[in-house]
Amino acid sequence: MSRIPLPYNPKVMDLFRNPKNLGKMDDATVVAVAGNPACGDMITFYLKIDETKLIIEKAQFESYGCAANIATSSIVTEMVKGLTLEKAWEDITWKKVTEEIGGLPSVKFHCGVLAVGALKRAIRQYFTQKGIAPPIWMPADHTFEEKQALEEEELAKTLSKRLKVEEEKKAEK
Amino acid sequence: MVENVKELLKLHEGITHEVYLDNENSSIVPQEVVDEMIPYFNKKAYGNPTLTTKPGWEAFEVIMNCFQEIGKTIGSKNLEDITFTPGETEANNQAIMGACFAQKSKGKKIIISEIEPINVLQVAEMMQKFGFSVTKIPVNKEGFVNLEKLKEAVDSDTILVSISAVNNEIGTVQPIKEAVDIVKDKNPQALFHSDASDAYGRIPLNVADLKLDLATISSYKIQGPRGMGAMYLREGVNMERILEGQIGTQKLWPGVENTPLIVGFTKASELAFQNFDRNVAKMRLLRDKLVDGIFGELNDLRFNGPKGDKRSPDNANISILRCEGEALTIELSLKGVYVSSGSACSRRLLQPSHVLIAIGRIFEEAHGSILMKVTRSLTEEDIAYVLEVLPTAVNRIRGIVGSTGVH
Repeated sequence: MSRIPLPYNPKVMDLFRNPKNLGKMDDATVVAVAGNPACGDMITFYLKIDETKLIIEKAQFESYGCAANIATSSIVTEMVKGLTLEKAWEDITWKKVTEEIGGLPSVKFHCGVLAVGALKRAIRQYFTQKGIAPPIWMPADHTFEEKQALEEEELAKTLSKRLKVEEEKKAEK
Repeated sequence: MVENVKELLKLHEGITHEVYLDNENSSIVPQEVVDEMIPYFNKKAYGNPTLTTKPGWEAFEVIMNCFQEIGKTIGSKNLEDITFTPGETEANNQAIMGACFAQKSKGKKIIISEIEPINVLQVAEMMQKFGFSVTKIPVNKEGFVNLEKLKEAVDSDTILVSISAVNNEIGTVQPIKEAVDIVKDKNPQALFHSDASDAYGRIPLNVADLKLDLATISSYKIQGPRGMGAMYLREGVNMERILEGQIGTQKLWPGVENTPLIVGFTKASELAFQNFDRNVAKMRLLRDKLVDGIFGELNDLRFNGPKGDKRSPDNANISILRCEGEALTIELSLKGVYVSSGSACSRRLLQPSHVLIAIGRIFEEAHGSILMKVTRSLTEEDIAYVLEVLPTAVNRIRGIVGSTGVH
């Protein structure tokens, strides 16, 4: 297990201690999950969408993860409030989230990536769920953040599988 | 990023009680030990022990005495069997690399347990670059090394076996004597090394009785100063130096001896051993109160490692489900309780504690694990304080998880 110093900045600490928009949303228009508990990193995103204007009325989150994971999820819910789906899709990138939160230790960049991955997944899911053709601003291919979220989930699966195989081997012994 | 630290520390202002339970990773040096060290920086014995000056001879006398005192605590009689190194990591590097290089004509196989600390595990793996092979012996769900597998693994090509006497993360007290007998029975030439850093001062340890060829001990793990440790090498065993430079009082470790740290280590060991039974009983009492208290207050927990006499008296390792470990260490820090976690919490290093995985814990259980080690210097009030703040901290972190589908 490698260790690295993690001098979190005051904004990260503030959102870790007093997360904004935390908790399940019962009347969410769309819910998306990114990450995997096996990675120690999992986010659930809830979006309430004004369906005539395609505006995000509010966003909430729940998260299983480190302080950076909690703080970046929370800040994304703040950043998207009142944005059209198009603007949220185009403007919210992991770099922007990292900037908005005042910087992260480099090994924690993936927390911002995962948070944005969850957001983009939720937006994409909205159109699938409604059976609406995706708008032109939404590429058919996954964005960087969505790909990263997938990659992380795949990695967790592979590791868990490997672990299971080893467990079975051990049981046979 | 350094400027953030000031702010981080400011968040801790107003803490009324501090309890340091991260004794795996550092320790508080008792004032008595610090007082013993201070004069050696500038008042006495500040010379180089190999030089013909009064401060040099003073240093020589002190260091020789320390070799003897440290040796006595592990049952070694010969002064030259002890080598002071800057810590457990360096002693393990010297023991493994040095032994392999010195025995390379006899064979190429290194055997370790799969739950060795990383300063054994990674050194052994690194030796593969030099043509040696590494065989890892599995452990059971409590972390005990499978002696049958060990027996099967030892062959004529085996030159070194390294198994910690006590596991540093889950406190498993290994059957070292049986392990040594098994190894020597199959191959009398194979050397046996044990990292005894977590056994030292916690369980009786006698290198002669155990017939160990090599052993490692660490200063800070007995509340001595950091930056100091020692390697025991049985007389007559071939060993190569891994560092080159000016040789002084120690054949195996070049450089100028650090007299204040050697004195501090020796004083810490004196304090650990002069009331050994009482110290152990105190650690066990505090540890049990801590563990029982946590299990009384919270549910969905896993106790990692064995219970009873086969567990080191200071060690508590608990997986708290639905509670990510890094987040919990920060939450507890803000309340003045300092622990460490086996969580990975980093994408590129997606590896939680290899020890917890080896005993069959799933990743989620490892991410939610916390490691706490008590010392004789803590009090029952300290433990009561931990039990007061820990459930609240866990419940807040679990509240953030909410319904995120973590089992």
